[in-house]
Amino acid sequence: MNVALVEYGAGNLPSVERALTRLGVESRRASTPEVLASCDALILPGVGHFGALMRSLAERSLVKPLRDAVAGGVPLLGICLGLQAMFASSDEAVGDAGLALFPQKVSALPPTDRLPHMGWNQLRRVRPSVLLAGVPQDAYFYFAHSYAALDAGEAGVALCDHSAPFVAVLEQKNIFATQFHPEKSGPVGAQVLSNFLRLAGSKS
Amino acid sequence: MSLAHRIIPCLDTDGERVVKGVQFVNLRDAGDPAALAARYNIEGADELVVLDIAASRDHRPTFLETIRRVAAELAIPLTAGGGVATVDEGRAILRAGADKLTVNTAAIRHPELLTALAAEFGSQAVVLAIDAKRVGDHWEAFVRGGSVPTGLDAVAWAHQGVECGAGEILVTSMDRDGMRSGFDCALTAAISRVVNVPVIASGGADAPETFLEVFREGRADAALAASIFHDRIQGLGELKRYLGEHSISVRQTG
Repeated sequence: MNVALVEYGAGNLPSVERALTRLGVESRRASTPEVLASCDALILPGVGHFGALMRSLAERSLVKPLRDAVAGGVPLLGICLGLQAMFASSDEAVGDAGLALFPQKVSALPPTDRLPHMGWNQLRRVRPSVLLAGVPQDAYFYFAHSYAALDAGEAGVALCDHSAPFVAVLEQKNIFATQFHPEKSGPVGAQVLSNFLRLAGSKS
Repeated sequence: MSLAHRIIPCLDTDGERVVKGVQFVNLRDAGDPAALAARYNIEGADELVVLDIAASRDHRPTFLETIRRVAAELAIPLTAGGGVATVDEGRAILRAGADKLTVNTAAIRHPELLTALAAEFGSQAVVLAIDAKRVGDHWEAFVRGGSVPTGLDAVAWAHQGVECGAGEILVTSMDRDGMRSGFDCALTAAISRVVNVPVIASGGADAPETFLEVFREGRADAALAASIFHDRIQGLGELKRYLGEHSISVRQTG
């Protein structure tokens, strides 16, 4: 299986690559439309700013190929900001369009609790999840963010509560995403990545 | 269900070796950073901090290599810093494999550095490290590895630093560093009260009770320690079990 990380000049690619290597998978990097179009599965990692990510994707002409790949059934896993980029827009960059794979928007978490939401937290599962298969109910995952999708309709399969309930795991057909960092979440994070690779392998 | 309190081992390095001192002096060798990182990753550390205490320009390539070696061992977050004075230096540290970077001396001289780093990498990646020492009825911030007083009130500086863009505060009590006499809970609580970002307490870690105190009275979100973990005086699993039994939310591992 040909797995690629979408490379847009920022983000935490090496740590995701190392996590995949530990699972026995050598990934490649997709920084051009051609490479992106030739992959069996895609991972969109993300750290930083919603507007900066979308602009970087646009500068490399990756927005349409990414949307086309998803429309063509290629499994996509978004991580952290990569999850947020799947939405139509974000409070973090008003006026910048997201990938709009989901019509809702990303919101700033209210300052009820300490922000950024930084550290290890548990999930509240609200629908059956394939990414979380084999993961204990009380498992902790590593989060580092101040913005979040508060609603993703039926696609939100697990929530997390910090300042407000928000979408922590998102699944819809071939689209998958986590607000937490599986590559930084120890053994349970490795399980989530492994689940994605297994699903991607069976769909491609 | 709530955010877990983090336990963070800290590797003070002189570039390529881990060293440990008492109250910032009398340094001794405490091992290989990558080997310690591998051990803490397995034993249940929630995060790792690597600081270049030499923090000289000559050492920088060595330190970046140390970050790469440490990051290769980890499936948990990594914070690194020491002498970061520009956005480019911050980028080099993040590119080497750190998820967050600490800033100390340069931020006091130029608080706008925090704003620039937050704009470039997001405030979740910017940790303001403050070395504080009790002076009379307050705490003063010191720089250059604790050797130079600044005249700044540490609590007021923490507040200002967050306003400028810091997404987390790492506060080290110079009075308690390496003393194993307990964290400075009053200092940590004073800072925790004036900021709405996570606060990491450092300096003075000893028995599990000292961690319980700093999470309860000190209102810390995370606690950092070095020698008690390096020297195997305290096991991470045992510490977390103790905290869990005392109703502190922690991520139990193994």
